[in-house]
Amino acid sequence: MSGTSSAALPTLRLLTCGSVDDGKSTLIGRLLYEKKLIFDDQLTALERDSKKFGTTEDEIDFALLVDGLEAEREQGITIDVAYRYFATSKRSFIVADTPGHEQYTRNMATGASNADLAIVLVDARKGLLTQTHRHSIIVSLLGVRHVVLAVNKIDLVGYAEAIFREIAAGYRKFAEPLGFRSLFAIPISARYGDNVSSLSPRMPWYEGEHLLERLETIEVEDDRRAAPFRLPVQWINRPHLDFRGFAGAIPSGRIGRGDPIVVAGSGRRTAVARILVADQEVERAEAGDAVTLSLADEVDVARGDVLAHPESRPEVADQFTAHILWMSADPMLPGRSYLMKIGARTTPASITELKHRVDVNNFDKLAAKRLDLNEVGFCNIATTMPVAYDAYAENREMGAFILIDRQTNETAAAGMIAHGLRRATNIHRHGMTVTREAHAAQKHQRPAILWFTGLSGAGKSTIANLVETKLHARGAHTALLDGDNVRHGLNKDLGFTAADRVENIRRIGEVAKLMTDVGLIVLCSFISPFRAERRLVRDTAAVGEFIEIFVEAPLATVIARDPKGLYKRALAGEIKNFTGVDQAYEVPEAPELVLNSAEETPEVLADRVVAELERRGCIARL
Amino acid sequence: MREVVAEMRNPVMLYSIGKDSSVMLHVAMKAFHPAKPPFPLLHVDTTWKFREMIAFRDETARRLGLKLIVHVNKDGLKRGVSPIASGSQVHTQVMKTEALRQALDMGRFDAAFGGARRDEEKSRAKERIFSHRSVAHAWDPRNQRPELWRLFNTRIREGESMRVFPLSNWTELDVWEYVQAERIPVVPLYFSKVRPVVERSGALIMVDDDRLPLNPGETPRMLRVRFRTLGCYPLTGAIESGAETLDDIIAEMRAATTSERQGRLIDTDESASMEKKKREGYF
Repeated sequence: MSGTSSAALPTLRLLTCGSVDDGKSTLIGRLLYEKKLIFDDQLTALERDSKKFGTTEDEIDFALLVDGLEAEREQGITIDVAYRYFATSKRSFIVADTPGHEQYTRNMATGASNADLAIVLVDARKGLLTQTHRHSIIVSLLGVRHVVLAVNKIDLVGYAEAIFREIAAGYRKFAEPLGFRSLFAIPISARYGDNVSSLSPRMPWYEGEHLLERLETIEVEDDRRAAPFRLPVQWINRPHLDFRGFAGAIPSGRIGRGDPIVVAGSGRRTAVARILVADQEVERAEAGDAVTLSLADEVDVARGDVLAHPESRPEVADQFTAHILWMSADPMLPGRSYLMKIGARTTPASITELKHRVDVNNFDKLAAKRLDLNEVGFCNIATTMPVAYDAYAENREMGAFILIDRQTNETAAAGMIAHGLRRATNIHRHGMTVTREAHAAQKHQRPAILWFTGLSGAGKSTIANLVETKLHARGAHTALLDGDNVRHGLNKDLGFTAADRVENIRRIGEVAKLMTDVGLIVLCSFISPFRAERRLVRDTAAVGEFIEIFVEAPLATVIARDPKGLYKRALAGEIKNFTGVDQAYEVPEAPELVLNSAEETPEVLADRVVAELERRGCIARL
Repeated sequence: MREVVAEMRNPVMLYSIGKDSSVMLHVAMKAFHPAKPPFPLLHVDTTWKFREMIAFRDETARRLGLKLIVHVNKDGLKRGVSPIASGSQVHTQVMKTEALRQALDMGRFDAAFGGARRDEEKSRAKERIFSHRSVAHAWDPRNQRPELWRLFNTRIREGESMRVFPLSNWTELDVWEYVQAERIPVVPLYFSKVRPVVERSGALIMVDDDRLPLNPGETPRMLRVRFRTLGCYPLTGAIESGAETLDDIIAEMRAATTSERQGRLIDTDESASMEKKKREGYF
């Protein structure tokens, strides 16, 4: 929300992108300077800093005005997104200045996510670079539809028309499949101000608008208002019993008092009773307004639900395809569980299949098993709760999501939904006539997954075998899954890379779940070194049925035991990816049970597991 | 603001009494209408604020019927820390930054709204709207969460917190135009009046009470002045101005040739000083 400046056109949100040293920061500094938008005290500081850090000898280094953080001043690069605000008599601008270095591509995507227009800078001496392609593709993926190609440092090539024409033509050809609605090429010198806010006498051959004029006059079609009405419910306003309002910001469409409305997930229909925009009661509201709606009937609406026009509803699905840009240093592995935030809804989600990686240098589709930092992929995603959405290409706010790492809480990915795979509203799971409760009741037990995790040689299988023997002796119905019976059959196609380990555990979790559905107590004995996978199984299982058992033993102890001689071989480098040696084991944070096999016998430990099952009512007490 | 209330356990609004705080509070009153904003206001009082600010603060809380928490770093007060005796750096560190950390810890707040804007200062230009803080309230500018679209990642671990800046994308002019459009009350110090001032290192300091020691031969002059920003009175420079109304202020702003924080002595202690303070937990 930007204030109330009386400009004719709405605020233009733009971002600048290009390679390091193409002059992005210099261009913004130059614009501010030329429009007298730099204050005297800032200019004094700039002159002082130019002497200390500058790269332009005696002249003012405009980049220093924009490069805010200490570290990047010293390195001479922009490391983050910086926002700049300026206004001319015609328009207000919000500029996101974004990094050129490859490792900061995620920040560029951040700037692009809210931008209407991108200025792509190219150094006239270097022409189109891999970075130019990369940034243009990212800008296009994030739905920016207007581009200005600024061929900078034209002074350093003698203001040569031919060089500009060649770069501009090359870029037009490259950008053809990117779907930009407008593409405007201009030769400039940010350092000397040529064609920045006035036409340069040094380039009489250039006959177009100068850069600022272009920015001041371009119309970025606001088709949000014409799109169907949506309101993701952000917060329920319930100050007293007589008022129940659904608050949120309208991403698209218009709504009027009395209009029919539907809750996208449940399909319940009602009508709008009152519309509040801030503290004013109004007749109508539209895209961009923050509103509170009250409805004609008492319908069940919670945070994260989407209110929509009944004639053109959003899709509701729990599986869809999407482009994702990976933003975490930890790679994306299919099958791992993340939190997805879309609109006001947060739901567990996992990437079920990585269909291909997108080479952002040329848009090629590459086969891939994982995504690393700054890589873009096209994948299938499954969510625990159904999600109401529109395709990103049709409605940016309704089709955008982020994935959050459940351990570190970092924002791991940005995603853009392409289309749904299965409409949740059409799902009719096969109605089982024998319920899971009936299965369990027949066996006089409650199902559970006993998940034994720990280093190789910690004693997982020994204890699990003992527990199963004891349970069987008491008449309980059990199944035991371990490396020996799973790796040779169900998962014989999987190796020991991180991606394969994730898939291995995912399949085991699904099998264990099916077994609990028929009432069994399932014992699973797997090293399962990653917290994320164990959590995935926990989420797959019915609530309270997953019992994580950490079989603990110091590394020195298990190396001394080495029952299968594996540590010896791993330490000698003969086995790769061996947990505890060259692959980390992530200790459980809150296991239901911890069994210390260095201090107590397997017999005593097995009895503790059985006692825990009694305590939980899974088996009857003797 | 609604996102914070929906997602965080125990938010608080930092209320610094200035024009940005006034606007932020006004927006909050609207965002939650007809309910009251479901969080208290917190003012970190250095005991050196202008007297008119304190009176305005208490009146505002009373008028809007909101809970106001006032926190003073009693330990710092006991040690005699003041802008006069300790210098602006130590005073700001102890009575503002440390005091704020104390107050947030005492209230067990996991989210704090602040009225900072990105156009104020270079390091603020890179601040997120939802800005993560460690258990020690520290900001790590190299490791910020990317903030895409309007999807805010609000997840934190026990003891960590969020600073949230709803006015991030407003400019100083936006603020004044909004104050005018919505007729929001602001501290009278923003308007020109004849006030007693002394000139110190090029800044006009108002003699707000008798704690400001006068140098030999120094006598306060009566000048028509106003303030563009408000802080501790010995650290806040006034500008000579005849702007008595909002229209005057906006006209003056449009013609301004110096930035708003120019009157703030704490920013110029050393280069990049705002970023240093922010990393340590200053707003």
